[in-house]
Amino acid sequence: MKDLGIFCGKKAVIPFVMTGDPDADTTVKLVESMVEAGAAAVELGMPFSDPLADGPVIQEAGQRALASGTTLSSVLETAGRITERTSVPVILMGYVNPIMSYGFDRFAKDASRSGVAAVIVPDLPFDEGDELYDALRAQGVTPILMVSPNIGDERLAEIGRRAEGFVYCVSLLGVTGQGGLHQGMKEYIERVRRHVSVPLALGFGIDGPERAASVAPMVDGVVVGSAVIKAFNEAGGGPEGVARGAKLVGDIVSAVG
Amino acid sequence: MTKKGYFGPYGGRYVPETLFPALEELDRAYEAIRADGDFQEELKVLLNKYSGRPTALYHAERLSDSLGIKVYLKREDLNHTGAHKINNALGQALIARRLGKNRIIAETGAGQHGVASATAAARFGMECTVFMGEVDIARQRMNVDRMRLLGAQVVPVSSGNKTLKDATNEAIRHWVAHVEDCHYIIGSVVGPHPYPSMVRDFQRVIGDEVKEQIMAEEGRLPDALVACVGGGSNAMGIFYPFVDDAVRMIGVEAAGHGIETGEHAVTLSGGRVGVLHGSRSYLLQTDDGQVIEPYSLSAGLDYPGVGPQHSFFKDTGRVEYVSVTDDQAVAAYGKLCSLEGIIPALESSHALAHLEVMARDGRDSLVVVNLSGRGDKDMDSVRPFLLGEDKR
Ligand SMILES: Cc1ncc(COP(=O)(O)O)c(C=O)c1O
Repeated sequence: MKDLGIFCGKKAVIPFVMTGDPDADTTVKLVESMVEAGAAAVELGMPFSDPLADGPVIQEAGQRALASGTTLSSVLETAGRITERTSVPVILMGYVNPIMSYGFDRFAKDASRSGVAAVIVPDLPFDEGDELYDALRAQGVTPILMVSPNIGDERLAEIGRRAEGFVYCVSLLGVTGQGGLHQGMKEYIERVRRHVSVPLALGFGIDGPERAASVAPMVDGVVVGSAVIKAFNEAGGGPEGVARGAKLVGDIVSAVG
Repeated sequence: MTKKGYFGPYGGRYVPETLFPALEELDRAYEAIRADGDFQEELKVLLNKYSGRPTALYHAERLSDSLGIKVYLKREDLNHTGAHKINNALGQALIARRLGKNRIIAETGAGQHGVASATAAARFGMECTVFMGEVDIARQRMNVDRMRLLGAQVVPVSSGNKTLKDATNEAIRHWVAHVEDCHYIIGSVVGPHPYPSMVRDFQRVIGDEVKEQIMAEEGRLPDALVACVGGGSNAMGIFYPFVDDAVRMIGVEAAGHGIETGEHAVTLSGGRVGVLHGSRSYLLQTDDGQVIEPYSLSAGLDYPGVGPQHSFFKDTGRVEYVSVTDDQAVAAYGKLCSLEGIIPALESSHALAHLEVMARDGRDSLVVVNLSGRGDKDMDSVRPFLLGEDKR
């Protein structure tokens, strides 16, 4: 099975940013700075009008990206620019409808051509995902599956059998940026480990260095989305925002290191 | 064989993992109650004694005379709370109780499903939260007050177009965060499996009654059934029991300002296959796969998606889908008021408006229209058209 090269001894810090928020050039700069600050991989959001699993911060980032004319084609193009400039793996994350509209095979080919390493689609569970996930695999792009704290053992075992690259563990019952962690975090992660042999990344509720440090010992990596976008956007979403977003990533890298 | 939870290629469960346990639990409960005589009996008693079923099948004589075809109205407006939505809300409240969940949430557009859910919650001593777009709150004020009186919390939704789609997004997000103690009463035949099938089964009482009533009145089945289609629950409810009969079925979508203006909600006539709110179905979307904000004067039809079984019926041709503009619907609203002394919901007025076309083409002589709800709630929307200074 393919190793994505994200989890190499150290705890991986994986920031999520919305592609095209507020424009593609800024996204490229933000990603470069975050990689310099120690990000082990980056997740690039593909904006969607109706992001069901996201809280207000990522919803608004998606709206800004769409308002500036971002499309799935332009996301793939931006991803290509980023993979040319950086060595860390690039992961695309977004909802199924724009991908279905683009065409699953075409998307898989173009993602591969852009050097994308993996794809996460939160509203495409494995039961519905064969068509896209097979197309991605055929192009050497890894589909990433998610698990949540309330998942049953049977389903968890099935995901364990299918998992490639890493498994994205949702840290709470809720949407992104909600804050807070599931109460029985330790038991939850131990339960996932019993069924899943690939590395685990935890995301959704990681709001800063402190919380990242508290969960890092249990998992192989953390995903930080809303907190990075908030830092970036509150500082105006320009060069100052890029610096603030990258600084937050650096602080989290130090905290979990 | 179609995959479980699918109607041909439509349906499925396109949801985040977090919702899977709840959908699986709900699916088990749904399968169990279908074969559970006690559950069905309890629901039947509620529908009869509490909601006032069976609702009348009424021969609208003066309307028929004006059109030259014989028209019956299935009077879902006579239900407790004034629309067909209560059939589903009572059924799902009983399921919630069976699941041991004492909190329910709902989305609402016109407010009829919100009122029905708030009513069912009050009746069963449950807590109820209703998500409603700010635009709909403004145009359906009376229903907001009703929900609050019934003890529900109404949460205004300010994202997107601030209408039904956005209220549904917010309800799903809330459900994701409270999935362990809360049941989501979806108000139409949309959403992930088992909702489209379950809501259909709770609404099919409409068609089952029509079948008996029309046989008693006319000794034969109607030539055609007509119903408006938002998500598609009142239409599916009246159509489904007739699927294997030689009866024409016509679903009427909202053409808003006219399809050519781009301001409409004609999902089946103008959409492409996509995924919204957990199922694969026709969807109003841009070339880039972004959902298009729909438009209709009628809040209950102002939705960019449609139930997956309707998509299937469109492809197989079993149901014909047509559309009616705001203006045509408002005219039909006024006409039913003056000819029959019945104030119809704006949603249902879309179905009524299509009768004009049927009268002209003369194919059908015996037609049943689903009068899905009553129109008191729509006073503010129709006042400028029907009660303007110059029309007093
Ligand atoms: C009276 C009435 N009819 C129809 C609808 C549309 O829903 P559906 O297509 O699910 O019947 C609504 C929705 O609010 C309604 O209130």
